[in-house]
Amino acid sequence: MTTIFGIPLQAFLGQLLIGLINGSFYALLSLGLAIIFGLLRVINFAHGAQYMLGAFIAWLLLAHFGIGYWPALILAPLLVGLIGAAIERTMLRRLYSLDPLYGLLFTFGLALTVEGTFRYLYGASGQPYATPALLTGGANLGFMFLPIYRGWAIVFSLFVCLGTWLVIEKTKLGSYLRAATENPVLVQSFGINVPFLLTLTYGLGAALAALAGVLAAPIYQVSPLMGSNIIIVVFAVVVVGGMGSIMGAILTGYLLGVAEGLTKVFYPEASNIVIFVIMAIVLLLRPAGLFGRDA
Amino acid sequence: MTLTLELQKQKERSTVVAQTVFLGLGLALLLLAPLFFYPVFLMKILCFALFACAFNLLLGYTGLLSFGHAAFFGGAAYFTAHAIKEWGLPVELGLLVGVAGAALLGAVIGFFAIRRQGIYFAMITLALAQMFYFFCLQAEFTHGEDGIQSVPRGHLFGFIDLSQSSNMYYFVLAVFIVGIAVIWRIINSPFGMILKSIRENETRAISLGYSVRNYKLAAFVMSAALTGLAGGLKALVFQFATLTDVGWQMSGEVILMTLLGGIGTLIGPLFGAALVVTLQNYLATSEFPVTIVTGVVFMVCVLLFRRGIVGEFYNSRLGRRLGFEHRHKH
Repeated sequence: MTTIFGIPLQAFLGQLLIGLINGSFYALLSLGLAIIFGLLRVINFAHGAQYMLGAFIAWLLLAHFGIGYWPALILAPLLVGLIGAAIERTMLRRLYSLDPLYGLLFTFGLALTVEGTFRYLYGASGQPYATPALLTGGANLGFMFLPIYRGWAIVFSLFVCLGTWLVIEKTKLGSYLRAATENPVLVQSFGINVPFLLTLTYGLGAALAALAGVLAAPIYQVSPLMGSNIIIVVFAVVVVGGMGSIMGAILTGYLLGVAEGLTKVFYPEASNIVIFVIMAIVLLLRPAGLFGRDA
Repeated sequence: MTLTLELQKQKERSTVVAQTVFLGLGLALLLLAPLFFYPVFLMKILCFALFACAFNLLLGYTGLLSFGHAAFFGGAAYFTAHAIKEWGLPVELGLLVGVAGAALLGAVIGFFAIRRQGIYFAMITLALAQMFYFFCLQAEFTHGEDGIQSVPRGHLFGFIDLSQSSNMYYFVLAVFIVGIAVIWRIINSPFGMILKSIRENETRAISLGYSVRNYKLAAFVMSAALTGLAGGLKALVFQFATLTDVGWQMSGEVILMTLLGGIGTLIGPLFGAALVVTLQNYLATSEFPVTIVTGVVFMVCVLLFRRGIVGEFYNSRLGRRLGFEHRHKH
């Protein structure tokens, strides 16, 4: 049997795969956080709740209306994005002039409310969500067995991340967003509707979280707690990457996912905390984060 | 000129009178409270009030939002419980172990967290506290999901039996008052003034030559140590220490108590804690989950009620006439 550093190749690759999948979700979520923070200067604590909401909407659509995975992949992010936009418009907007900490506290309260409501309605235990028929089964790659859905999750999240990056870096809308991040007052004086851009951005960020949620539904259990479990790790990812760059957020997400997966192979006890340890080390060596620009 | 001075003096005098009256009333209420309320309920309030006041030392007076204070609260609960139950230490030393442990933990977490500011500071403290949570989940001495149970309350100074709830109540009250006095002393010292100047304008404090980092770290450690006192006390009151006290929800709860009572007011957190604990007790018997209420209160507070109960009182006409000032910016 082939081994690598004394570990069977199969186990090594298996954990690498799990790491890549977790990394896909870290990347998608930290990307959304970075976009929202870039423009709104708000750390969206509700990001985990919006991720959970995406998964739950997919599950509800299937359970109550028989609407399957593919429509849900569009409907759930759309719905969560609209809810997010409405919240930005009615409440979050009032906090921009204050210390950014209030935005964090507000979205924290929002997360508690949403999570508590779903726990009340559906209990704390997870609900299974069937893998869509098109993506069931697996592929034998010769050296390992790859469940097709997991492969899809990695490819699709990569596609979404790169797509979002392209939109922000290469399109006109993206250039407005970037300009508004640098200097909102100046951009507004050019006749661009900055308040609308802010709403759009928050909606987009929330939709990205929901998209990650739908993508996660067949892999993890759909549970009210799935969001808060992941969001703290994603915060650490964001601290490591620094929120100055979109690409930085994406890369750090994948990198730390893989690091976590590999730790599971070599030292399983530490796999829970390895991302936090990496965060501490990065803080010592490069306090601004790997891709950070701010002081 | 002399007239304004005279007026000012008069105002100061009336402030002192008002504050003394409030202080006396508050003390009398706290001393008599066990006649009217269930002592364990009151002790729970006092523990959380001390926790929130210690947290407020950091948020309200230094301007640092820690999202990881549960680590110090729950950690100290574990340390105190372990020291008393397994090592057989007397109560006083047990509490001291909790305080020292929390201070040490505060020094470590603070060392990393102060390397970044604002929003990052909050995220780093949250992440490191979560790391400590995982440590507590796996460590031997915490007994994982079971926690440390049936911690003996023992005898204070060897002769006051703390298993009697009235004795325990007055002990908790005494510790609470000492804790508040320490916080009062800190914020009214030159050191406290520098902390406030960091809160108001960090860059200027640096340019004035203060080593802001050291001050922040010192404030963080003090806040952690006082939080540890509250945590150790809670372990004694309930006679157990569990994972609930180290979880991130607890860090959120203490923020809510402080926000609700009044960020940057000395005794605001006491009111916030009393309100939140009462609410939790009230909802504990119903089916309705506490988190929803907590979340909604959080959002309402942030949107409409940022001064908190005591802050609003200080800013009201009556509060201003009595000479209370509340200068914390919102």
